[in-house]
Amino acid sequence: MTTDTTAADKIRCDACPVMCYIKPGAAGACDRYANHDGQLVRVDPHVLLERTVSHGGRLVPFQAGGDWDGKIVHEPDVFVTAIGAGTTYPDYKPAPFIVSSEIDGVDMVTVVTEGIFSYCGVKVKIDTDRFLGPETATVRVQGEAVGHVTTGEYGSQMLSLGGVHHLTGGSKKEGRVTCDALMDLSNCKPVEMTIDGGATVVVQAGHPPIVNGVAEERMRVGCGSATIGMFAKQWHGKVDDVVVVDDHITGVLSEHQAGKVLDIADTGIKMKGRRSTPGRYFQVAEPGTGWGGTQISDPLTILGPFDPKVAKPGTTLLMVSTTGEHAAYYELDDNLKPVEKKMPADLRFSVERIQENCEPALCTVLFMGGAGGSLRAGVTDNPVRLTRSVKDALTRVTSGGVPVYVWPGGGITFMVDVTRLPAGAFGYVPTPALVAPIEFTMRLSDYAALGGHMDHVRPLASLTANETRLVASPSPKAGARS
Amino acid sequence: MTRQPQVGWLSDGKRLHLQDGPIDLIVEAQGSAINIRAAYAAAIGRFTGLLDELCAELPLLRTAADPVRCALQGIVARRMHAAVTPFAADHFITPMAAVAGSVAEEILATMVQAAPLDRAYVNNGGDIALHLTNGEAFTVGLIDRPDRLGLMRTAKVHVDDPTRGIATSGWHGRSFSLGIADAVTVMASTAAQADAAATIIANAVDLPGHPTIVRCPANELQPDSDLGSRLVTRDVGFLTPSETSAALDAGDTMARQLLGRGLIEAAALRLKGEIRVVGLPSRGANGLHRSSLAGESMILPERHSHLASVQEGARP
Repeated sequence: MTTDTTAADKIRCDACPVMCYIKPGAAGACDRYANHDGQLVRVDPHVLLERTVSHGGRLVPFQAGGDWDGKIVHEPDVFVTAIGAGTTYPDYKPAPFIVSSEIDGVDMVTVVTEGIFSYCGVKVKIDTDRFLGPETATVRVQGEAVGHVTTGEYGSQMLSLGGVHHLTGGSKKEGRVTCDALMDLSNCKPVEMTIDGGATVVVQAGHPPIVNGVAEERMRVGCGSATIGMFAKQWHGKVDDVVVVDDHITGVLSEHQAGKVLDIADTGIKMKGRRSTPGRYFQVAEPGTGWGGTQISDPLTILGPFDPKVAKPGTTLLMVSTTGEHAAYYELDDNLKPVEKKMPADLRFSVERIQENCEPALCTVLFMGGAGGSLRAGVTDNPVRLTRSVKDALTRVTSGGVPVYVWPGGGITFMVDVTRLPAGAFGYVPTPALVAPIEFTMRLSDYAALGGHMDHVRPLASLTANETRLVASPSPKAGARS
Repeated sequence: MTRQPQVGWLSDGKRLHLQDGPIDLIVEAQGSAINIRAAYAAAIGRFTGLLDELCAELPLLRTAADPVRCALQGIVARRMHAAVTPFAADHFITPMAAVAGSVAEEILATMVQAAPLDRAYVNNGGDIALHLTNGEAFTVGLIDRPDRLGLMRTAKVHVDDPTRGIATSGWHGRSFSLGIADAVTVMASTAAQADAAATIIANAVDLPGHPTIVRCPANELQPDSDLGSRLVTRDVGFLTPSETSAALDAGDTMARQLLGRGLIEAAALRLKGEIRVVGLPSRGANGLHRSSLAGESMILPERHSHLASVQEGARP
């Protein structure tokens, strides 16, 4: 919408190329957009569509694929988030804003409060195969324990930080440092942490991890065995054997099933480590920040002497890590010792192909919190009904307008990707506890039924400018903020 | 990048709904499944960017039509101009009077070109373009209260009737009217022609200077209206039966003129519950029949009261 400066009373609608000038109280040529006190508003979402919906009709998008998309477009409804709504603690008072707005013609209410979460934390996924620390090792910020390393996920190391014990169960300093770390991580700020018996890592949501001062670039393309499977055909005929070095499973082409299928001959290679199945080895080296998430910097250290009954001088060998960041090319000399040589171009190409297939390594931070009794009391005078309403999917829970995952079972424990919240969405109280936005959206009638504070419901339009800050409308598909 | 129109199905899963800015189309094609699909895809393809095409020439489209010369470039714009040209010598009329029918025609023509169809129509907010092949017919119904079931009048359009366009005009509608008709529905050989003619006939249904009629300069309501400062009808108060008849007489005279010039096939004029039908029953379109589904309603029409709707016709 642009305001016509030559005639302050009318506005020019830019919803379509007709670009109607619309006077106050009047609608444009389409009868859909109108000038309401100088604001362009959508007045008639869609007469025919609305009628179809209100008659219980079915709306099916026309999907033929290709050049045009068949989506039924939704106008971005104004959605009030809880960020900056303020709160009280304990939350026996009605939540600061209880806002009603029209969504799809249904009188909706959004109960807006900022929740104080003593029970909260973050789950951090760090896309790296590098060894950050043993499972259950303590993660420290400024020397204080803030969480621990938890079970790893595919191509990623996982940290579980915060939680009520670090926030309120330890020393005063531990609680404060934990609270600060959680808030910074949730607000997408970098936090440096050290892991007992492991690495120092800088974690920032939406950014690559920095492990011992080195920024991680890529996730591995797969484990060493998977990499052999993916690239065996591309190596066939260009090199006699390939070892893909990986912290988890190191693969050997000539022994691997993928090599057997291609009739690749034995090379007499001998791997250290524990053989799992043919061509797949566990524990070829200790975990570390070197090749393929191991501690090694010279890959030959994971090889034993070549079998003189099988191996021939001149046999070629490629050694490469699962991200393609490390690679070396060898030929066996007359003593069957591998000697590093300049890598041929077509092998260099295969290494680059591995690199290309590795996704960028990121840190992702999910905030996780539970909406306890007192917070719920800010929403309704019968808190358990709110919980039930959420479970029955009558009430939609969002955090800063962002859809959340509500963990099944008791209580309202939810997770949200912090990169999708507007900047500075999280705060803290000296308890110490985190303050996070949380919104409950439901039908006005459902709100009344669950014991809502009906006398505190305000129409959306009544929120004055100095009470509001407009942010991008939440969408399940919205990307991370940068 | 071209702005994408809204594309969806109506609830029956058969009728395509296309919307872009002020254009709102309901489209239905009948034929083989593969042909229907091709026709719908073509309709969407043509619809995409059509509004931009029109808006590129909007200033000229909003200017009174030159009865002799057409400076417009776009195919739809030129069709709009051609449809209003027969009236341009005697009336103030801009090509915008035929925009809805012309767009409907364009989309229908694209569909028919894309694939052979038994029947098809494009309904642009009540201005409808029809396609018929051998043995096919459409039954067109007039309703006065879209919120209630029941048809006021019906007309059957057979393949051998000349009618391929139906349009409705009146002061309740989205476009402004200089007259006081609640609705004038016109059948003509093209949708663009029907659209322009309905505008002219609806303007003619009038009682100039009548005290209960509220009028307002169009540009006070919509600053960029093509009607400029001309007075458009905002409300019609009490009229005596003889006043109603007199207003309809004026429209009736105009409709008969247009019929005589071959510009329309039939018209139904409605004001304050009274209906006049002008047409040639002998030509097979049969004017507009009193519907057997519902009696003529005397209820005062409300906004959007004059939608013509295409009903599923009984196939012969």
